[in-house]
Amino acid sequence: MNPKTIAVAMSGGVDSSTVAAMLRAEGHNIIGLTMQLWNQRRLAGHDGMPEPVTGRCCSIDDVYDARRVAQHLGIPYYVVNHEERFERDVVRPFVAEYLSGRTPIPCSLCNNHLKFDQLHVVARQIGADSVATGHYARVEYDRDHERWLLKRPADHTKDQTYFLFGLTQEQLSRTLFPLGGMTKPEVRELARKHGLALAEKPDSQEICFVPGGDYKRFIDAYLAEAGESLPDTAGELVTTNGEVIGEHSGIHNFTVGQRKGLGVATGSPLYVIQINGAEKQVVVGGDEHLYSRTLRAHRVNLISVDELREPMRFAVKIRHRHEPAPATIEKTGDDEILVTFDQPQRAITPGQAAVFYDGDIVVGGGWIA
Amino acid sequence: MPRIYLDNNATTPVLPEVFEAMRPYFDEHFGNASSIHSHGQEARAAVENARESAAAMLGCFASEIVFTSGGTEADNLALAGLTREGDHIITSTIEHHAVLHACKHLEEIGCQVTCVPLDERGMVDPDDVRRALRPNTRLISIMMANNETGVLQPVEEIGNIAAEAEVYFHTDAVQAAGKIPIDVKRIGCHALSISGHKMHAPQGVGALYVRKGTKLQPLFYGGRHERSRRAGTENVPGIVGLGKAGELAMSGFERGDHRKMEALRDRLEQGILGQVEDAGVNGGKTLRVPNTTNIYFDHIDGEAMVIALDLKGLAVSTGAACSSGATEPSHVLIAMGLTPDRARASIRFSLGKQNTKEDIDFALALVPETGARLREISPVHPRQPVNAV
Repeated sequence: MNPKTIAVAMSGGVDSSTVAAMLRAEGHNIIGLTMQLWNQRRLAGHDGMPEPVTGRCCSIDDVYDARRVAQHLGIPYYVVNHEERFERDVVRPFVAEYLSGRTPIPCSLCNNHLKFDQLHVVARQIGADSVATGHYARVEYDRDHERWLLKRPADHTKDQTYFLFGLTQEQLSRTLFPLGGMTKPEVRELARKHGLALAEKPDSQEICFVPGGDYKRFIDAYLAEAGESLPDTAGELVTTNGEVIGEHSGIHNFTVGQRKGLGVATGSPLYVIQINGAEKQVVVGGDEHLYSRTLRAHRVNLISVDELREPMRFAVKIRHRHEPAPATIEKTGDDEILVTFDQPQRAITPGQAAVFYDGDIVVGGGWIA
Repeated sequence: MPRIYLDNNATTPVLPEVFEAMRPYFDEHFGNASSIHSHGQEARAAVENARESAAAMLGCFASEIVFTSGGTEADNLALAGLTREGDHIITSTIEHHAVLHACKHLEEIGCQVTCVPLDERGMVDPDDVRRALRPNTRLISIMMANNETGVLQPVEEIGNIAAEAEVYFHTDAVQAAGKIPIDVKRIGCHALSISGHKMHAPQGVGALYVRKGTKLQPLFYGGRHERSRRAGTENVPGIVGLGKAGELAMSGFERGDHRKMEALRDRLEQGILGQVEDAGVNGGKTLRVPNTTNIYFDHIDGEAMVIALDLKGLAVSTGAACSSGATEPSHVLIAMGLTPDRARASIRFSLGKQNTKEDIDFALALVPETGARLREISPVHPRQPVNAV
């Protein structure tokens, strides 16, 4: 095996630390890099935001952990500052999406614009051939079709391909996912074997820049800090028949499928069916109204195929915790794909991604309009 | 792989002579300088000898030197020690955080602070300082040499302004001490901060010159050390190291070492500018300390450049490190009027006494080539199509 120079994106968690240890043990030249993306102290304590919390991405504690792992492994390690780009390409759009009535996925934006873009540029500039991360996914080269493939990992419970559908061929060609064939317990075991002190560190679950997961407070605090006032997105609560049954405090407080916090009492349970950004209307209805067979996706990225020349049959996943469902997908415009499910799906949510799977292979995906 | 260090404005190696001078004070002469027995007396003699050396370096009386834990403490002691609630302080946008953040704190507890701007050469305009004076101005604090550009500030003129207005003048001389001769009388300051580790003494020791008769409130309370201006058992080995480094600096000035260092710095600067397009010196149009050059390489990510150079054995820096170790665009370069892009594309090279012509040639062999590779891969380089990666 020829030793390669590999940059490892180290978050200070078990997964990426284990990747660094594995690749180091294989004899590669490893450079540890941590992206400083968000100052966790920035909004802490503002407008009801929690005080700084430890154990999350970009916290001083996580950088400390990553640095200690690098020292333990004897690899060069650097922190690179991409706060400005993160704010521009992830945080701003996250806020804007909510304010226009959609439910964003900041992790995908971060992967597309930061981890597999900015970090790849830095890695190449400092002489690395490729970038390895601790994502649970697999990359393979398909010689027959001359395409790089993104595939689901061996451990489907940890599958992160949903957040990676935006990767280009160029990005995939320089990416390594060494954990793709492993389960989480195996990774922890390997971390212990490599003597990593953080082998038992709990997984992070939340959006890294929204401590406590309260995105509404985050939006308030973020806009207040920027000196911008929260746009007035309050409006009417209407039924699927168009009947006005109340008022709501702002469309960004709602997401499709939400049941709690509607502020109206009715006999049967009501859910948010649709958010109409232009009219600031929140449409509510019974569970049966949540089901729908079609969606349109934009800003499409294709991975295993270069073009959708005809309607094709794939399984489509519409949120992170959704079992891919059989559907027909067809190109209906320059940058638009129509997905028609065999069975109606519950709570198709604008702003989330629709990712197309052919077995374990990620065909591509787009953003739900 | 050879490892060449050109980041001496961050810290310097302790010179062998300094290390040797300090060595006996860890074990053989370990005494507490306040003790009355012979162990204590040895330590006391060492501290007072060092005080005289430091005083000689600054052109003041030994009794005017207060040893501290470093430059940050010296700055804090001067700022908090010379002002009271309700006072007005004049400082500049390019001060070290030791001054800026101390001023911010004083503002929070009832002082008023004016930050004067910079011109495009990287200098404070003394007229701005004069115009900022108010009836309740108590203190002017303007640094002597900037840490990032090396630009010398017009401290003598500011000293005159302070004298006319009868206000205190403090200067943070951390980046000047050991690099150029300093004379507190010519500057006309009431207080002046220095740091050991920026001049080949160890980390953890510094000093504040406080002009005789200047009433200074201590920062903290304890024993009557340092004439009740700085409580706490003296860091004897560190103080000895600072004294020795001061002596070496003085003899170096007599030999003209600072001129030789300037020639090396200029060789580096000219060599880089001769080989790299779209590069230039930040603050190069005015007087600078002889060891520093700050160079912008347009369309380059300075942070990536620093990492790439480090991986090839050359240590330089960009901007200021934040708590995580990531870098932020330099507030100094932004204050000079650089665009954020150019500030991020700027690299500081700072020489120390240990650097040789070979070190400079090593850098000259590495920097242009590394810069070219970074530009090739740069997504912002205008001659390259925007890369989809």
